[in-house]
Amino acid sequence: MTNIQSSAVAAETEGPLLPPEPSTPKAKAKPAWRSLNFGPRLWVSAGLIVIIALLAFVGPLFYPFAPDEKVGSLYDGPSAEHILGTENFGYDVLAVLMASTRNSLINGLLAGTLAVVIGVFIGILAGYIGGWLEELLMGMTNIVLAIPSIVILILISISLQSTDIPFLKGIVGLALVIGITSWPWTARAVRAQASSVATREHIDVAKLSGARTGGILIFDVLPYLASYVVMAWVLQLASAILAESTLSMLGLGPSGTNSLGMQLHWALAFQAVATGAWWAFLPPTIVLTLISFALLYLQSSLDEVFNPRLRRGKKKHLAQAAARRAEAAKQLAEQNQRAEVTA
Amino acid sequence: MGLRRYLANKTVWYLGALLVAVVLNFLLPRVIPGNPVDVIVSRMGQGGQSSEAQARVYEQFMREFGLDQPLWSQFVTYVTSAFQGNLGASFSFYPTPVAELIAQSLPYTLVLQLPAIILGWIIGNVLGAVAAYKGGSWDKSVFTTSLLFSSMPYYCLSIILLYTLAVVLGWFPPGGAYSLGMSPEWSWEFFSDALQFWWLPFISLLVINIGGQAVGMRSMAIYELGSDYVNYSRSLGIGDRKMTTYIFNNAMLPQITGLALSIGTMVGGALITELVFSYPGMGSLLFNAIASNDYPVVQAVTLIITVAVLVANYAVEILYGFIDPRIRASKSGEK
Repeated sequence: MTNIQSSAVAAETEGPLLPPEPSTPKAKAKPAWRSLNFGPRLWVSAGLIVIIALLAFVGPLFYPFAPDEKVGSLYDGPSAEHILGTENFGYDVLAVLMASTRNSLINGLLAGTLAVVIGVFIGILAGYIGGWLEELLMGMTNIVLAIPSIVILILISISLQSTDIPFLKGIVGLALVIGITSWPWTARAVRAQASSVATREHIDVAKLSGARTGGILIFDVLPYLASYVVMAWVLQLASAILAESTLSMLGLGPSGTNSLGMQLHWALAFQAVATGAWWAFLPPTIVLTLISFALLYLQSSLDEVFNPRLRRGKKKHLAQAAARRAEAAKQLAEQNQRAEVTA
Repeated sequence: MGLRRYLANKTVWYLGALLVAVVLNFLLPRVIPGNPVDVIVSRMGQGGQSSEAQARVYEQFMREFGLDQPLWSQFVTYVTSAFQGNLGASFSFYPTPVAELIAQSLPYTLVLQLPAIILGWIIGNVLGAVAAYKGGSWDKSVFTTSLLFSSMPYYCLSIILLYTLAVVLGWFPPGGAYSLGMSPEWSWEFFSDALQFWWLPFISLLVINIGGQAVGMRSMAIYELGSDYVNYSRSLGIGDRKMTTYIFNNAMLPQITGLALSIGTMVGGALITELVFSYPGMGSLLFNAIASNDYPVVQAVTLIITVAVLVANYAVEILYGFIDPRIRASKSGEK
């Protein structure tokens, strides 16, 4: 709709449309994503995330013990049957770990997505529409931003602890709370980008062609913000998972559910560290560290993919590029010479 | 926009934020179904006390905390007494004033966090700048380690250090702030004893801070290294030593902001580390207050965390108004 209209107008002003992609690509042509220059960092972090996701979602299918099945007593050491021993309630640590990781990931996905959706919505409206709406929305954002989110999280979670609504007590309620407190950064970043996109010419074209504001926002502004949104989402995921574990360790976690934070909470409460029961607290610590590291590493490598100024070119590539440019300049010079000669 | 208008604008915004924070701080625990007193009394009831005693306790609490008055008048009472430094009385240590509990805990948090933040900032910045400047394998190793430490949840490192250095190797005492039998006092004996307990939580916070600062400084310095003025100065033949000072000066401004902001998050930034080491600071205070539904203490801790962050942010913005000429020149403040 909008795209077709606006590109049609563009065609009138700028001459014929470019021909569509050739139907048979050249034999050696790379697919488009290959040109994005993904570094090894991206593969390392993506690999880590896949491994953790497999542990969380596929692992329980093959593991013989359930996380709520009492198989031993307080802190039985690792054995052939229970690879990571048992925790304070006598449950199998590995089974609990897999359930916890799954819940923490789900919590992160829910909360992170919610935060990004709210942040993008507010940021794009404020940045594109401007005027008093921008003043209002950004004033709101700045105020929420100034108040440390952990404080709001603590206060709301305390209130949630004594609600009677079961769905708000579990991981979903926590994810909602984290999501609705962590959008301001995203809103602010998106607003800055959106207000710069709003001044570009293709927006005028879309407006002239009669596109509605909603359509312009979705088809003409949002695609330009996609890289920021993806990076913000990765960051929000990581911070939501960490926020959950912080809250859980403070004793405000989802009651009666497993999560990495709750697992650490119980381990600390039952003195696992002091008694040397490493199998009870090291696995969730390591998984939490790996999740957080992998997501932030992914974000930083995506940043380098999207933002070439951060990328330090390899010397080899720089030399190649210089050679190409020199070659092109030589050809251009020859052409000009020939043109001069014929003239 | 002149400097005066900039300052006035920022002041209004931060006062607004403070107001919202105080309202939330006041309101959120009160929108719980049933008020805190109900919760407390029902807990006491489980303890098997007679109902008449319960009723008297209830009356007492209601009057003490003004819970029988309308919400707005409760709010006025809350704000006026908070301004006078009166944060109410603790539920679980009734009638100990909350301010007294805070005064016992805050020093522990400060002696842990302040040196860790400042020292971590210095070391981290130097490491990050060197990594950006040298590049190559030096950069790769510093960047990856720093990223690991800065992205690691700070309490995960605390747990690992506590287990390896204190429990397994026994180099440090495994938690607490001073030996059993000691009591906090201004004596040399107490300080040398407390110092042994201080090292491990301090190191764990320091390492995390170094990592975070190094990552930030590295990307700032790389950004500066690729900028036009650097290329131009290089082409003029300006020496490396001179260039580094230019780059360093330019990359420093955001880092100084970062320092001020992290000093603001000092109180609320290491809550869980204190829990892990059973260090009796604000984190442990908050944890115990949550566990015993001690709302006045929870509210006081969250209020202090908020005020510290707001004051630090405000200070940075005001300082920027004086330092950075672009702010005075620009038509509208930062959005």
